[in-house]
Amino acid sequence: MFSSGSGNTVIKSKLITRRMFLLSTAKAIVVVGVLARLISLQINESTKYKTLSDKNRFREWKIAPERGIIKDYFNREIASNSQVYQIHLIPEDAGNIENIFFRLKSILNISDQKIFSLKRKIAKQKPWDPVIISDNLTWSEFSRVNLFLHELQGVEPVVSIARVYKDYSSAHILGYVSQVSEKDLKNKKYLKEIAVPGIAVGKTGLEKKLDEKMIGKVGFQRYEVNAYGKRIKQIQVDQGKSGESFTTTLDLEVQKYVAEIIKDKAAAVCVMDIYNGDIISLNSSPSYNPNSFVHGIERKYWKDLINNDKKPLTNKAISGLYPPGSTIKTLVALSALENGIYKSSNKVKCSGKIELFGEKFHCWKKKGHGIMDMRSAIQRSCDVYFYEVAKKLGVDRLSKTAKKFGLGKKVLDGFTEERSGVVPNTLWKKKFIGQNWYLGETLHTGIGQGYFQSTPLQLCLMTAQIANGGFELKPRIIFNKDNNNLKNYLDFKNQNPNQTTAGDLLAINFGLKPLFKNQENINFIKDAMYASSNEPGGTSYRSRLQDNRYTFAGKTGSSQVKRFTEEQREAEVKQEDIEYKSRDHALFIAFAPYKDPKYAISVVVEHGGSGSSSAAPIAKKVIKKVLERDDLRKSFNNLLGESI
Amino acid sequence: MYQARSIQSSLSFKDKFFSIDYVLVISILILGFVSIVAMYSTDGGEFQYHTKSHIIRFIVFFFMFFILSFVQIRYWHNISYLLYFLFFILLLGVKYFGLTSSGSQRWLNFYFMNLQPSELMKVGLILFLAKYYHRVSIENINRIKFLFTPIVALIAPVLLVITQPDLGTSLLIVSGGVVVAWLAGVRPKFFGYAIIIFIAFLPIAISFLKPYQKSRILTFLNPDRDPLGAGYQIIQSKIAIGSGGLFGKGFLNGSQSYLDYLPEKHTDFIFTLFSEEFGFFGSFFILLLYGLIISRLIKIGNITRSNFGKLYCYGFATAFFIYVAVNMGMVLGLLPIVGSPLPIMSYGGSSMMAIMLGLGIAMSCKIYKDTPVN
Repeated sequence: MFSSGSGNTVIKSKLITRRMFLLSTAKAIVVVGVLARLISLQINESTKYKTLSDKNRFREWKIAPERGIIKDYFNREIASNSQVYQIHLIPEDAGNIENIFFRLKSILNISDQKIFSLKRKIAKQKPWDPVIISDNLTWSEFSRVNLFLHELQGVEPVVSIARVYKDYSSAHILGYVSQVSEKDLKNKKYLKEIAVPGIAVGKTGLEKKLDEKMIGKVGFQRYEVNAYGKRIKQIQVDQGKSGESFTTTLDLEVQKYVAEIIKDKAAAVCVMDIYNGDIISLNSSPSYNPNSFVHGIERKYWKDLINNDKKPLTNKAISGLYPPGSTIKTLVALSALENGIYKSSNKVKCSGKIELFGEKFHCWKKKGHGIMDMRSAIQRSCDVYFYEVAKKLGVDRLSKTAKKFGLGKKVLDGFTEERSGVVPNTLWKKKFIGQNWYLGETLHTGIGQGYFQSTPLQLCLMTAQIANGGFELKPRIIFNKDNNNLKNYLDFKNQNPNQTTAGDLLAINFGLKPLFKNQENINFIKDAMYASSNEPGGTSYRSRLQDNRYTFAGKTGSSQVKRFTEEQREAEVKQEDIEYKSRDHALFIAFAPYKDPKYAISVVVEHGGSGSSSAAPIAKKVIKKVLERDDLRKSFNNLLGESI
Repeated sequence: MYQARSIQSSLSFKDKFFSIDYVLVISILILGFVSIVAMYSTDGGEFQYHTKSHIIRFIVFFFMFFILSFVQIRYWHNISYLLYFLFFILLLGVKYFGLTSSGSQRWLNFYFMNLQPSELMKVGLILFLAKYYHRVSIENINRIKFLFTPIVALIAPVLLVITQPDLGTSLLIVSGGVVVAWLAGVRPKFFGYAIIIFIAFLPIAISFLKPYQKSRILTFLNPDRDPLGAGYQIIQSKIAIGSGGLFGKGFLNGSQSYLDYLPEKHTDFIFTLFSEEFGFFGSFFILLLYGLIISRLIKIGNITRSNFGKLYCYGFATAFFIYVAVNMGMVLGLLPIVGSPLPIMSYGGSSMMAIMLGLGIAMSCKIYKDTPVN
């Protein structure tokens, strides 16, 4: 069998060898394929896979930076940070999220709505990024969670830092911070890199204006993690940088004092240093609790704020628009004098009203003031006199002067809520209303009614610029020891009374911009304002301060919300007798002390009736307070000056 | 002369010892060493359980290989069927007494080791068919009657393995059997019929697949389908290999593996780990070692006289090649993930035992290359 099969065996083994050869060819192709794949992965695409490997390996957790602090002029914190107790959840470590929420609900007071929104948030972000379950717990809640922590997988108790506002007196000018919204992310580019869970952004006021600088630089911790998300070792830490802190020109003491005086009214008060434009106080009432926004506002409180007729959320000092009323008479007179239309000695007889093309224009005093010159017309706020002045002056010249003194435009930088108001003129009316200007409207404009709209801060700035002798000011709220040119200029002038250089040229040398043609005219207005406050018959005579140190010069104003009907006028209806919403706004502007002016103030009380009865008394108190603190402020300024 | 040389008793021990294929032996030893290095790395750079038991297994089975090499080829031929039936009975035993782990019943518990008979069947079937086709005369090979036995011998164990379930091993068993049938000269048309029948039964077969097996195949077709689920292994393996680059991340520095991104790093993905740490040069070196081993096996097939020896050596060499290619194709993302260990490198006693058994028989073909088997 063996021998007979031998030939067969040889044929068979040749067949096997041939078939093996075919197989070997196939093998070679496979080997080439494997090698090509190795080359492609390990050589050609190696960089890509190295990146992916690092992405696997490293995870970064961002660290929210501490927000900058806002201090008042005396370095007292008005917006500061404090410890808060928070509960974070890392979804990846939590296992069953439903169970965790169920347990948390029994431990803390979390609404179903909140849980729903948290779950949506979890679904959106990376599983190892923490979500904040509760960002401001009381100590007892926090310790209760710690007690049950062993049952709450993935839950982390965290002591963090959050914004806190110690009092509400500066709520409007500071603004508030709150959680980042979708809109913030879209509008503010700097937030892209710093959008850490739990970081707060400024929504209004200084918090918004300074947000980019105060928010700080985000830090991160980079860890090597294994496939289960467990941190193996720390690779790199960057603590980030806390945000820049700011010293403001505000005086917290004054802020609190003012807030207390006006808390029951809808009012605004501005106090400004007339030489450098420092805003000492900027107050609006009623106020609100800015802390309530930091951790998400409660629905009920929000509704209360929104539905309140006195509009607590509006910063009336920069966003409230009021016709300036009689306070504008200072500028009307100045404009007439500067343009040579009227002399201060020009007289007008006031009989209580004038008629123009059949329309009656009333003076606030029904019986009339009798014969008035300019000084007494300002002192007693005679409307008829200013109808005549305005008629001759014309609205266009008036609007030019008014704009020069800061009306009709925004005076602060970076406050989105600030409004610019209106200084009407013929062009403005044509453009925005589409009609020609009527002479009758000039008369209304001449006593600060009609289309005229201004903010309390604009009126304060106007007053300050009159008080400092007619030089342009740039109001400021962030402290800056430079820019005291005006003071330097005045010092120089006092020390060199015989300086021959023309006043204008000298002012330019000091970087000042005079707003007058003849400074005598400014001085005249100041004197007339003095008369208004300190001479019998003056509209704010009753609110005067007799102490020489505090004597102020002011001008009252009442701006009509609703026009008086002839019947009401005949019946001599008192402001107190009509409904709140129809009462006039009460205004008062002043500077003090008269002899050596330092501060300007404006007060607006919404529906306060008349300036002399409700606005001037507030100004009186505030002026005294501010002047009492003047020495302290000056000495502190010197200290700062030396230490820097 | 042929007659004279064919008498086995005329070979002295010295002759036998010197006719060992030393290139093959040294390749196996180097590969063994490399596998221990890789295993040491999977244990995080310490002599832990996996490394220790891998070393012991390698030493034990290497000696088994050496001893089996001296068993006469005629003897291997004689017990071929017997071995096949023994392995088949073990597979049946798995069905009734097998240990179940992660959802599949594959192991028999012997007190010194857990044996996976399906691994042994890889060699058993090759041995069975080599003997069968050695005995069938060339005229009868393509007769339907003579195709019956090989088909049953192939399908019976595969059915047992596939129901364990173990798709990977059953495919490898099939491939070994098909290769021997091909080498023996079965006409290509029969393979064509087989493929047609296979495709016809594919829908039925798919309905028998476990959900995870289906998802693995779908994932292979589109790895980004479910990157954290079924696609995870392929993606992480590719990242590990790719990030190794030309020179690798260095011994014990494979971040993908020691941070546990790499699945099954001891067994199926051992090549990935080595490739990450030693880069393209490391991978190429491994390929070279396997290439050397396979080419030596083919060379033995070339010089051995008996058709049994040729069929066995070629069959085993090709099967060995398929094991390596399937494993590498899998970890490189060229093939779906089916469980298939890398010969010698992967952790696993049964696989090591089967491979060493197979190599031992091949070495016996070398030593007794001129000895007729019957």
